[in-house]
Amino acid sequence: MTEKKGLSLNIPEPGCRPGDNPDFSDFDIPRAGSVKRPPIDVDPDEIRDMAFSIVRVLNKDGEAVGEWAEDLTEEDLREGMRHMLTLRAFDTRMMMAQRQGKTSFYMQHLGEEAVSCAFRKALREGDMNFPTYRQAGLLIAGEYPLTTMMNQIYSNAKDPLVGRQMPIMYSANDYGFFSISGNLGTQYIQAVGWAMASALSGDDKISVGWIGDGSTAESDFHAAMVFASTYRPPVVLNIVNNQWAISTFQGIARGGVGTFAARGHGFGIPALRVDGNDYLAVFAVAKWAAERARNGHGPTLIEHVTYRAGGHSTSDDPSAYRAKEESQAWPLGDPIERLKQHLIKIGAWSEDRHKQFEAEIMDDVLKAQKEAESHGTLGSGQGPSPRDMFEGVYEKMPPHLVRQRQEAGY
Amino acid sequence: MAEMTMIEAIRDAHDQAMAADDKVVVFGEDVGFFGGVFRCTAGLQEKYGKNRCFDSPINESGIVGAAIGMAAYGLKPVIEIQFADYIYPAFDQIVSEAARLRHRSNADFTCPIVIRVPTGGGIFGGQTHSQSPEALFAHVSGLKVVMPSNPQDAKGLLLASIADPDPVIFFEPKRLYNGPFNGHHDRPVESWKKHPLGSVSEGNEIVEIGKASIYREGNDVTILTYGTMVYVAEAAVKETGIDAEIVDLRTLSPIDLETIVASVQKTGRCLVLHEATRTAGFGAELISLVQETCFYHLEAPMVRVTGWDTPYPHAQEWNYFPVPKRVGEALLKIMED
Repeated sequence: MTEKKGLSLNIPEPGCRPGDNPDFSDFDIPRAGSVKRPPIDVDPDEIRDMAFSIVRVLNKDGEAVGEWAEDLTEEDLREGMRHMLTLRAFDTRMMMAQRQGKTSFYMQHLGEEAVSCAFRKALREGDMNFPTYRQAGLLIAGEYPLTTMMNQIYSNAKDPLVGRQMPIMYSANDYGFFSISGNLGTQYIQAVGWAMASALSGDDKISVGWIGDGSTAESDFHAAMVFASTYRPPVVLNIVNNQWAISTFQGIARGGVGTFAARGHGFGIPALRVDGNDYLAVFAVAKWAAERARNGHGPTLIEHVTYRAGGHSTSDDPSAYRAKEESQAWPLGDPIERLKQHLIKIGAWSEDRHKQFEAEIMDDVLKAQKEAESHGTLGSGQGPSPRDMFEGVYEKMPPHLVRQRQEAGY
Repeated sequence: MAEMTMIEAIRDAHDQAMAADDKVVVFGEDVGFFGGVFRCTAGLQEKYGKNRCFDSPINESGIVGAAIGMAAYGLKPVIEIQFADYIYPAFDQIVSEAARLRHRSNADFTCPIVIRVPTGGGIFGGQTHSQSPEALFAHVSGLKVVMPSNPQDAKGLLLASIADPDPVIFFEPKRLYNGPFNGHHDRPVESWKKHPLGSVSEGNEIVEIGKASIYREGNDVTILTYGTMVYVAEAAVKETGIDAEIVDLRTLSPIDLETIVASVQKTGRCLVLHEATRTAGFGAELISLVQETCFYHLEAPMVRVTGWDTPYPHAQEWNYFPVPKRVGEALLKIMED
């Protein structure tokens, strides 16, 4: 008689928790330049392997190699550097402002600057992003005023959202940046809907959806994939895999599939992975996917492989759930350091120029901050009126809200 | 004027809106080639092409989410959720996104979409084809909630909803699609074709959102109701001989408080009637409003007649549904108090 065996449940664990030694030795990183660049009208079935590889352009010596190396001028590259350094300086100042009590909350991009900054470069005016809370590089690389971003973060007298939204939940229609929600994944299917509308209208504009590794588990991710698969609208669907969803490692959302990009296979959507810390690779892949969309070849799924070097937000301490040394051990390095190395390699940059550039950028950010703070910070008394809370619920205020506003004394 | 069923009136409103504005796009489950399981979009794909009216995957969150994206682009999506009971997967998109977009972005983006939702029971649909979830949506700031009870209003309110700059949840009492059903399930249903409210204008006149109508004038008691229950109330009034005023709310949010107050202050009595479950139902809101505005005019405690707080049953449907007998008994009681 056989003994009755109980079942057990698979609950994945990350390789490394506080106190462990970070080990990325089983993380397979293809050599820069080794992944082929297919034509934009490629049959998704022919590039299934790209969902398990990683497009990389910058090699360990800082050279741009392979078929994905674009013809970017030195000026383009320095501009990319300016955007990434601006984002990093902006984050530094706003993290500090939150610690100083000037706002309630902040989310930084440390280590992920290349993803949104480089992607923005591949877009045209009129295209629309449906971002998450960690793509402010889209605004900065789109030359959106830093002061206006800070006004929103401070909920001050010049806050374009008149105090209604948490810090960093920007909205900038004119800059191709959809209003950020705090609900996860909802924007992904909205991006597909926007692209459907563009195609239905015979337009040539494209949309870009953004989602994090953790939120790919949301039902709306699958809704977006089904709709994108069915209607093949001009949309680029980005997954920013920064390895961590607050304290939850990416394996909890990814489950048994090898990579997030591989989710595209079941939907017949071309899917590939890119080194998210390689400015040149992100730009090249973004350009390829945007061209596919604009030329009627439909959606592309891109997994940006990167690492969230900071906390999820100002509300968590990552050392409570992962080894402090893990970010140093991350094998794809730092996006700014890597672009700097490349610029120096091609003779367009030096350590001294970099230092000077950094200082100049910090000056600009400080100037913007000073101006924003002249309009107030959260709770400084220069904020929007309580009356603003009642406005804009509907285009025309209905009678019950008029009554409630009066009851509240505004 | 033309004689129309509620289905024909809804189809005609689509037709008018699509002819007038090529930004109006219609999609949902089975709405394209087939014209919808209730036929409300029949012929639209043939007339306006697949770019204007098409089938969607069975994913309600996807339907609403895609519509929000389309509205952000500048289109005017009119979408169908096949049954109210199927709307819950879209709750996040409706509540956190559609309803909030204008406010959270300070009108940088807006969401002029119409979500059509066949609602209510009396069709042996059991718990997944019979629910009336209107209170869940009336609770949400940023949404408008509409429920017509006849072909005239269905057409005029749908046209108004499509023209509205904000998201509208448009509930269609499916038991009323083909006639003014009054709760006497064992008797033949009258057709809209013989009913005065089945005579619908062929033009594009709207019925304003936020305005109730007095379905029947009366002096003894006010019945606040909407949808199918308008005709149940009428049957109960006929059978009891009580001179009740029947207020057809037509819009639940924003509510027409003025009409409610005028009627209750006139009659001094108030009965609230809906098919949805009782606890925290829309009737609770109506009773609060009447208490706040009409307390000193009331001559008797207010009464609620509603569906029971159970899942909508299949075989016991007519024990659940607030039939004229239950409404009549409540009317007699309120007049005795």
